[in-house]
Amino acid sequence: MKHTIKELEDIASQIRRDIVRMVHGCQSGHPGASLGCADFFTALYFEVLNHKTDFTMEGAGEDLFFLSNGHISPVWYSTLAHAGYFDKSELATFRKLDSRLQGHPTTHEHLPGIRIASGSLGQGLSVAIGAALAKKLNGDKSHIFALLGDGELQEGQNWEAAMFAPFNKVDHLIASIDYNGQQIDGPTSKVLALDSLQAKFEAFGWHVINTDGNDMQAIVEGLHYAKTLTGKGKPILNLMSTQMGAGVDYMMGTHKWHGTAPNDEQLAAALAQLPETLGDY
Amino acid sequence: MKKYTYTEKKDTRSGFGAGLHEAGKKNENVVALCADLVGSLKMDAFIKDFPERFTQVGIAEANMIGIAAGMTIGGKIPFTGTFANFSTGRVYDQIRQSVAYSNKNVKICASHAGLTLGEDGATHQILEDIGLMKMLPGMVVINPCDYNQTKAATMAIAEYEGPVYLRFGRPVIPVFTDPDQKFEIGKAWMVNEGTDVTIIATGHMVWKAIEAGEKLAELGIDAEIINIHTIKPLDDEAILKSVKKTGCVVTCEEHNKFGGLGESVARLLTTELPTPQEFVATNDTFGESGTPDQLMSKYGLDAVNIVEAVQKVIGRKK
Repeated sequence: MKHTIKELEDIASQIRRDIVRMVHGCQSGHPGASLGCADFFTALYFEVLNHKTDFTMEGAGEDLFFLSNGHISPVWYSTLAHAGYFDKSELATFRKLDSRLQGHPTTHEHLPGIRIASGSLGQGLSVAIGAALAKKLNGDKSHIFALLGDGELQEGQNWEAAMFAPFNKVDHLIASIDYNGQQIDGPTSKVLALDSLQAKFEAFGWHVINTDGNDMQAIVEGLHYAKTLTGKGKPILNLMSTQMGAGVDYMMGTHKWHGTAPNDEQLAAALAQLPETLGDY
Repeated sequence: MKKYTYTEKKDTRSGFGAGLHEAGKKNENVVALCADLVGSLKMDAFIKDFPERFTQVGIAEANMIGIAAGMTIGGKIPFTGTFANFSTGRVYDQIRQSVAYSNKNVKICASHAGLTLGEDGATHQILEDIGLMKMLPGMVVINPCDYNQTKAATMAIAEYEGPVYLRFGRPVIPVFTDPDQKFEIGKAWMVNEGTDVTIIATGHMVWKAIEAGEKLAELGIDAEIINIHTIKPLDDEAILKSVKKTGCVVTCEEHNKFGGLGESVARLLTTELPTPQEFVATNDTFGESGTPDQLMSKYGLDAVNIVEAVQKVIGRKK
């Protein structure tokens, strides 16, 4: 471990503060699933990922991460800033004119850490597979990580990719599903039920593991364990339970904070629950 | 009228296959992907020599575009292959976000474009693809005219950094361009110098334009014929220079008149040099089943249609 669990939890707390402040600052964006994934991003970038912050597009010899559900950009931007990819003061520009921190992540403004645009859903798993195939051709045994939303699995392209990866033994790929059970119009169970994701992915030939995405110890161990499963002929799927809005009580357990910004009063209530640990931007 | 002859007829898709094989030999970063149409795209030679650099994705074009975009991150130069309809309309958003907006070095290679796909009918005969692709910021759009030019274009785009749409077709047509030509992206080819009218043609319509030029010569009309193989970026300079001389223009393409080469030329001329123009193109219609020759005739894409358009546009000159 590079950090203690307490240290990682402190980082996640700061990232959560950043998320609500960023979304409040521009009165737009997606706080719910960003908060839900703060522990995952912290574990990934501060503990699991073998990466360099002097960014190159290719990332030769490094683990690469792809975010498919691009709307949770606030959690990624804050993580990248605290990991050292760019100065955290830039978080104040989120979703504002001339910013590198676009509403959805993009390579267009050359923000370090981003390798593909995402936002239009369902495309990230295919891209991650492509990056994995290129690494294999290059003799680079690093890992490819991807994060997908659960509602996003309603997009058909995911299932094209899900069929492709096991058949082609893309086995340095670890895809995590942010399994929070919520989407814009309501619970996934009411909009278009996902049902038995484990059985579905296993039927396609994935090695599926389950983690609690809001338990730092569990997510760190889960991702390390996922790494030990790679190189054995199967892609790995991390079915990661999370709470949308995790860390801010009034945002938890509902789809209503998927894409809504807090007002001043709500911001204060959220920040009161999230200790400032690394210094606000 | 300069005399063009040919000794054989070949399909432009075979030019693509040959060019891909050559590009693969030259650069080990060239990789190919196909969505269950290896034979139609003539990828066999590449696959035989570089099996580890070929990815069969199955009938899953969206996944193919995404995988290709991802492979560029590792320094690969992916050539995706399927029919033009499935290369563009079916995967427009994947191309838009993962390739064009992300500025990935993917070469989208599209066979069986236009009416000349023939008997399969309108579901497969896309006549809107040039428009779809040219509207994407940063996308290069190329529609070569015969086997040799397609081969040269395929090799050239491997050396160009950035997203490219390469459009070619199914039928065998005359091979009349230089087998050793150097293909320059964005540079028009002067097929025939003339003074009375500028005929601008792309793809399969270039040979038809040559046939039309010969007929026009018999009628005493001296046609300048320009091959625009690169629809975007357009060779503004070559077009303006020609039109300044001739004073009228006919554009020819196997594509809907909405969104195609003709509109690109009209946009240029209306801002720089307003000029009478006629369009030889399909008229906001889907195709249908038939032989390629029958379809080109029925939908007004024959040499005779070019001749008629020339006569009309010359009549409109002031």
